[in-house]
Amino acid sequence: MNLVNRVYQGVIVREFILAIRQRGEVLQPLLFILMVVTLFPIAISPSPELLSRIGPGVIWIAAILSTLLSLERIFRDDFIDGSLDQMLLCGIPLSLITFGKVFCHWLITFVPLLIMTPIFALLFNVGGHSMLVLLLTLLLGTPVLSMLGAIGVALTLKAKNAVLILSLLLVPVFIPLLIFATAAIENASAQLPYLQQLAIMGSILLFTSAIAPFAIAYALKVSQD
Amino acid sequence: MWKWLHSYAKTERVFTLCNGLWPFFLWPSFVLILIGCIWGLGFAPKDYQQGDAFRIIYIHVPAALLSMGIYTTMAVAALVGLVWQWRTAFMSVIALAPVGAVMTFIALITGAIWGKPMWGKWWVWDARLTTELIMLFLYFGVMALYAAFEDKQLAGKASAVMALVGVVNVPIIHFSVEWWNTLHQGATISKFESPSIAPEMLWPLLVCLLGFSLFAAGIVCLRLKNEIVRREIHRPWVKHVLFEGKN
Repeated sequence: MNLVNRVYQGVIVREFILAIRQRGEVLQPLLFILMVVTLFPIAISPSPELLSRIGPGVIWIAAILSTLLSLERIFRDDFIDGSLDQMLLCGIPLSLITFGKVFCHWLITFVPLLIMTPIFALLFNVGGHSMLVLLLTLLLGTPVLSMLGAIGVALTLKAKNAVLILSLLLVPVFIPLLIFATAAIENASAQLPYLQQLAIMGSILLFTSAIAPFAIAYALKVSQD
Repeated sequence: MWKWLHSYAKTERVFTLCNGLWPFFLWPSFVLILIGCIWGLGFAPKDYQQGDAFRIIYIHVPAALLSMGIYTTMAVAALVGLVWQWRTAFMSVIALAPVGAVMTFIALITGAIWGKPMWGKWWVWDARLTTELIMLFLYFGVMALYAAFEDKQLAGKASAVMALVGVVNVPIIHFSVEWWNTLHQGATISKFESPSIAPEMLWPLLVCLLGFSLFAAGIVCLRLKNEIVRREIHRPWVKHVLFEGKN
């Protein structure tokens, strides 16, 4: 109980205070998604039928791109100002701390996205049932983006031009999620069963949340040597 | 047995091993690839459906198999390195990665050339092609991560972690894209009971496969040697080897 309390106080409350004090930085990913989403109808075609076909995919791509931009926040500042060293030394298992931090990253970056998704869906003429499934896939998929992304960030803390390498490392790893998500939405819009895709996404989520905290902790230790 | 294996954690032992092995890999591989290609391209019978176009199989299939085999080997080396903290294992990860990337690239290029007469297009977003393309990106990721650090000790560990993350993903990627879109023909050699390829066509393919594998092994040995020399340049034994011409 004490341990959970300490993680809660030391990590989760702290992350939220930081997020409130750096509001601009927190909002940027969301604005970025809005920009990307706006580009597509202009670049491809404003016809409602086409937009409703590509819409869910576009929103997913925008979410992935914004992940790549916002991920740096998870560890970069703590690494620069030395807080990360304190976390390594404080005696609480590092995997617990990283889990807390990644969970906060998800809450701060992706929950606003989930709330905004119905609006994006309206822009793309994605209605009713498909929109609901889009929301479900985002709900299951975005925590995985946060967790896998955190492994990448932890590995590239000391790297030169980390953002570019991060996209090279992470995009291939994100592809299966994208495939299952778009397949589920496509099935939903064609009135076909989509539960199996959602189930696979759920199992990926469970598997990642079991393994990723340890991988992140290990990567952090490697980077801090 | 473990003690014997652990002695290969020393760079000097591995250097001597690679130095002894590479000629035995590389020279036979040239002969085998030559025999396999001449046999396959000149003497194997025509395919009744694909005509002469199928002959690119003698380069495509070995490269594709090796691209996966090398990735698996790399992941095993990464695991060994991370579990026992062997520096030589990290070095072999980075010795393997570019060789695997080149094999993947060859598989993609020959696949595109083969696809043009068969499917009418250079590139289709088919399951295997996509998997192979993503595999190329995974190789690039490992290599880029290694290149991004000044401290090569850290670089080796980081790229080993990345190789392991990748290997967990390869099956997921494979099954997801397979199920997403499939046009590629099914596997031919792996069906052991009754291979769906005629034996006259199969033999040169096996010769080519063995030749390509030995070639890759030889190149990896040479690369590992170079990597060890580059990293251990300050050690007395390296100076001894380099400047006195003694192997």
